Amino acid sequence: MRREEQPIEVIEIGSLVDRAAQKKVEGNRLVAISCAAVEGKYEVTYSFEERDHRFTNLRVVVEPGGTVPSVTPVYWGAFVYENEIHDLFGLDVTGINVDYGGHFFDTKVKHPFALTPATRPPEKTEET
Amino acid sequence: MSKQIVIPFGPQHPVLPEPIHLDLVMEDERVVEALPSIGYVHRGLEKLVEKRDFRDFVYIAERICGICSFIHGMTYCHAVEGVMDLPVPPRANYLRTVWSELSRLHSHLLWLGLMADAMGFESLFMQSWRLREHVLDDMEETTGNRVIQGSCKVGGVRRDISDAKLREIADGLEELRPQLEDLRDVFVRDSSVRHRLGGLGTLTEQQAWELGAVGPVLRACGVANDIRQTGYAAYDELDFTPAVETAGDCWARTAVRAEELFTSIDLIQQAAEKIPEGPIEVKVTGNPKGEFYARSEQPRGEVIHYVKANGTKNLVRFRVRTPTFSNIAPLVVSMKGIELADVPVVVLSIDPCIGCAER
Repeated sequence: MRREEQPIEVIEIGSLVDRAAQKKVEGNRLVAISCAAVEGKYEVTYSFEERDHRFTNLRVVVEPGGTVPSVTPVYWGAFVYENEIHDLFGLDVTGINVDYGGHFFDTKVKHPFALTPATRPPEKTEET
Repeated sequence: MSKQIVIPFGPQHPVLPEPIHLDLVMEDERVVEALPSIGYVHRGLEKLVEKRDFRDFVYIAERICGICSFIHGMTYCHAVEGVMDLPVPPRANYLRTVWSELSRLHSHLLWLGLMADAMGFESLFMQSWRLREHVLDDMEETTGNRVIQGSCKVGGVRRDISDAKLREIADGLEELRPQLEDLRDVFVRDSSVRHRLGGLGTLTEQQAWELGAVGPVLRACGVANDIRQTGYAAYDELDFTPAVETAGDCWARTAVRAEELFTSIDLIQQAAEKIPEGPIEVKVTGNPKGEFYARSEQPRGEVIHYVKANGTKNLVRFRVRTPTFSNIAPLVVSMKGIELADVPVVVLSIDPCIGCAER
């Protein structure tokens, strides 16, 4: 059994769309966009594959209440992943080409994977 | 310009085994735009990982789908084994490969039958499903079940298949081969099938790649992309060439699936010859910590199981990206310009599994 490499590069949110565009120019397919709520933040990971099966990932870390720019201007089909992330995690994705407005996954519990107050880190307060 | 109207298609439709809704924007009989909606069968299976022991969760992972259940279970195990760096015994990898290919065989025969039914070719539908029974019998004899096999576990497999039984399966498939060749010839060469499916729902190679198409939908556009080439399970020790067509239409998707029946038979026969002796599982100690993306080739295309673990018995995150989910965007694009009467056939051509897609 061969084990494939799967590097994950953490990048700034501001460079996300440019890096996605670069991936497309290099001939990558968008494999998936995944989100995980970890240690009080959201990790959004964009997975790509080259024609020779090389699998790479770009990751942005988002604070609760933060937003992520849509990569649909680069990868048109990304709207399914971005609507899914919005509906399950409550994370705002700005500029999606096909925006379902929260009705892609109509779940009984709204945003079931969102960070709850119990799992968020305490908010920082200014010392007086 | 003609007046545009919106026609709702689904979620209940005779050709759809599972619920998906499409808002079809029509100009006369032509589809101008298709907007998909899902969410009818979302079960929240990924969330359950926070409450179940990672060893037991394989039972839930298998139940994501009733057709490619074994491959879901196996891919979940690959993901956990990837995090834990578990060396799965070679014999277990071969057994996983055999069950994966039996899954592909019965899934493709199921789909070919459904496509024949959608075309109104009832005898072809019955032939496809009759031949599928042979494969399901092999599944039942080796795992005890036809649909949910329950034979994969973290660290290996639960059941062995004797070498004699493997040879029997390989011989049985060889006997089945001429009947499958006849079936393939009808799907690929019959003029009425070609007339019904040719030129429908076409995608170019570039469109399919950039839209994230996977599996037979991608290979029907001339891209020889098959995740089995990455060498998971025992595929790195077996020879195969992905079935590829170039027309990019519904007929090409059908032809790819029909050809893949024989790839699967060849792989099972190779595995039966090469399978090594040895244990079928390793003991799993401790809890996983880290993250891993496991990718497998399901009958419908590439599936991804992502796990993230923090050293406890419950995983932090389990995420599944199924092939149908990835093929939604290509489907939407491929529907532009087709006629209303062709919509069911084009939808079916991606082999949609909505239960899988929604988890």
